[in-house]
Amino acid sequence: MVDSALKPAETGFIARTLRESWPILVVLALLALAPTLSSALENPFLIRLFTRAVIFGMAAVALNFVLGFGGLVSLMHAGLAGIGAYTVAILAFHDYDGSKLFGVFAGTGNLAISIPLGMLLSAFGAALTGIVSLRTSGAYFIMITLAFNQMLYYFFVALQQYGGDDGLQILASLDLAGFDISKRATFFYVALAALTLELLFFARLVDSRFGVILRATAQNERRVIALGIPPLRYKLAAFAISGAAAGLAGALWATGQQFVSPSELSWVRSGDYIVMAVLGGMGRVWGPVLGAIVFVLLEAFLPSWTQFWQAPFGLVVILIVVFLKGGLIDLVGAKGPRAPGGGGH
Amino acid sequence: MSLSLFIEQSLNGVQLGVMLFLMAAGLTLVFGIMNLINLAHGSLYMAGAFFAAAFIKLTGSFVLAVLLALPAAAIVGAFVEWAVLRRFYSRGHLDQVLVTFGLILVFNDVVRMIWGVVPVPLPPPDALAGSVHLFEGVFYPAFRLAILAVGALVALALYFVVSHTRVGMWIRAGASNRPMASALGVDVELVFSLVFSAGAALAGLAGLMAGPITAVQVGMGEPILILALVVTVIGGIGSIRGAFVAALIIGIGDTFGRVLLPPALGSMVIFMLMAAILAWRPKGLFPVHG
Amino acid sequence: MASPILSVKNLNKRFAGIIATNDLSLDVMPLETHALIGPNGAGKTTLIAQLQGELAPDSGHIAFNGADITREPAHRRARLGIARSFQITSIFPGFTALANVALAAQARENHGFKFWTNAANDPALVAPARAALETIGLDHRADIVAEDLSHGERRQLELAMALAMRPSLLLLDEPMAGMGRQDGQRMTRILAGLKKDYAILIVEHDMDAVFALADRVSVLVAGAVIATGDPGAVRADPAVKAAYLGHKG
Repeated sequence: MVDSALKPAETGFIARTLRESWPILVVLALLALAPTLSSALENPFLIRLFTRAVIFGMAAVALNFVLGFGGLVSLMHAGLAGIGAYTVAILAFHDYDGSKLFGVFAGTGNLAISIPLGMLLSAFGAALTGIVSLRTSGAYFIMITLAFNQMLYYFFVALQQYGGDDGLQILASLDLAGFDISKRATFFYVALAALTLELLFFARLVDSRFGVILRATAQNERRVIALGIPPLRYKLAAFAISGAAAGLAGALWATGQQFVSPSELSWVRSGDYIVMAVLGGMGRVWGPVLGAIVFVLLEAFLPSWTQFWQAPFGLVVILIVVFLKGGLIDLVGAKGPRAPGGGGH
Repeated sequence: MSLSLFIEQSLNGVQLGVMLFLMAAGLTLVFGIMNLINLAHGSLYMAGAFFAAAFIKLTGSFVLAVLLALPAAAIVGAFVEWAVLRRFYSRGHLDQVLVTFGLILVFNDVVRMIWGVVPVPLPPPDALAGSVHLFEGVFYPAFRLAILAVGALVALALYFVVSHTRVGMWIRAGASNRPMASALGVDVELVFSLVFSAGAALAGLAGLMAGPITAVQVGMGEPILILALVVTVIGGIGSIRGAFVAALIIGIGDTFGRVLLPPALGSMVIFMLMAAILAWRPKGLFPVHG
Repeated sequence: MASPILSVKNLNKRFAGIIATNDLSLDVMPLETHALIGPNGAGKTTLIAQLQGELAPDSGHIAFNGADITREPAHRRARLGIARSFQITSIFPGFTALANVALAAQARENHGFKFWTNAANDPALVAPARAALETIGLDHRADIVAEDLSHGERRQLELAMALAMRPSLLLLDEPMAGMGRQDGQRMTRILAGLKKDYAILIVEHDMDAVFALADRVSVLVAGAVIATGDPGAVRADPAVKAAYLGHKG
């Protein structure tokens, strides 16, 4: 566990980012070419694939803030992302049919309203469940977050008005600050920009005073208390921030698909996010983006080789745990720095 | 709610409770003794149901099928423990979550390869196919009563084994102090394997009993796994007694929640119960270690 | 006569029937170095944990600077000025030595809800952290990741973290534990240098260090103080000799 992000940074933020995080800059630049590539190859499937990778990446980065830096193994991030997704979809639903939510609120297709609201509600959901789950630790925390994920899942399944099991189609036209997001390429760039901003935000956050306390708590909570810092409120705030970011990913997901379904909230998806974070590397804010890209590619291409692709995928997961402790980050050479506390004892 | 409906739902609740107990017993012992989170426990439940269905087809006898399916589930459990999980007892919980998550994917696909995605029939034995007239106006399926009886018997037997036998003493010693247990000459590895296989057999038993009243299909173990985890957490991880009490609370709470409340709330009742209990006692009702 | 900075009255603590602290009363005066000695299992670490707030006593009172802190949580006691170093080294292994101490300096300030500026560049944290490392003689190792430090250096680091909290009372639980002779002597010299600025309650097995540093010594046996006094008097006390020092010859 070497956390060299806490070495005194003589150089500025930009120089350090170039030195330590060049792989993600390359990846983001390559991603930006995806729409061009997609239209050159006349293969619209590609852009959908990379949109999926970018949005899964956002959710996995959100998760990794508490997982890799806070040592909190949360199995409810699919549920938290789902809150954001359903916020966008339900507001669009009421906008389309003109009815009112709870008989009071008008719906809206304006994402400048519904996305921030979705993030807020996701943060609120994270904080509320965090009050219970963060008072426990280790195995209890994992099982409780898993249970809360399923609570959210069953809650949305039970909302028959909004499609229940079948999911909810977004029929209203969505508007985001005048961008024509019905175009796949435009929406892809919006998502990519959101991912970039999210990475920048979390990169600053983990090095801030707040981030230092979170990382210290993951390494040695007892010591943090002895220093005079009560950890619970920091963990709670971190969980809420992570929830908001997951909510953003979910809201964009709903926007891009024009559809939400409870299956995106299932706990298996939460497990997928953990796999992405671990696969990419938890030691860096951007590690999970690599994991998400690999995950989406495997998910897209394994089934074309075999109908039974989940078994090899499961074996890949097991092998990662056994052999690739530092994730793909270690392979691309940005080696060394590791975030603390991933073990979550 | 009429009295007869109340009785019927109470029986349903207790019946779900004993099933959950069979699942949670393995989970909580494996965690308490080996410090292992096993998300793949639901796969053993699924294995029990599929084995029973296959053996019924083969032998035509439900009883024979049960007698064959239980050791088969135990063997699967023992194999997984020996081949994979044993390496992860001392690893962090995150690694355990990932590995058992990977195992679920593998299990699901293996079952899909062998049995396909269409639910497999698992008929109840003829003798238990009908309903029993309990009293004035209350009929109850005989098979569900049998589940209740079997579950209660197993719970009693388990309690007796853990608290009154030499094996139980090893188990308790292993749970509270591993180095001490091995210093006392207990073969800890053997105890671990035994406990894991026993937990697998119990999960398999729950699965094959659930088969005739639900559907035997891929992924059938996952919803019940979540409920069993809730039970384990509420009861206090590692506590058999806690698992039993919590299983009944959850079984009855879930059943009545679904009957009495609108669906969106009814499906959330047990999670609310969990949150309330943990807010009051973060280590569950019967914490094992301090 | 000055009033004590730390005053413990009739403290009791049991674990599942085992008496760990038995009607214990103890005073630490301002700027006094008070050593706590006793055989293994006498309840020294349990007492330190109760003073720091990690364990709650079953009964009795703890006063710090005249105010009752018996029910105060550990983090608030730290903010009041009680710093503990642990018997088993307790640091942040993934942070550099400097970052470890900077976090201790940060803890002293009001809150950690600053989300944007880089903490490792913050002079308000780095300057006091460097000063604390210098006091301890570890400044040349400031940029080494803590898990790569030697055992002795980690013990020093832990002490530097305690100092960066700007406490008025140091609770030191066997600061020389596991150290070789040379490291132990260096630690003794460091502590001798701190004596004049802090009240110190020190648990230590190294009798040479105890008698070199302590103004007063209390002997703890089976959770109770059986003798308190200046080192010479305690050494001569026949009850102490019988209960404790006698074993060590």
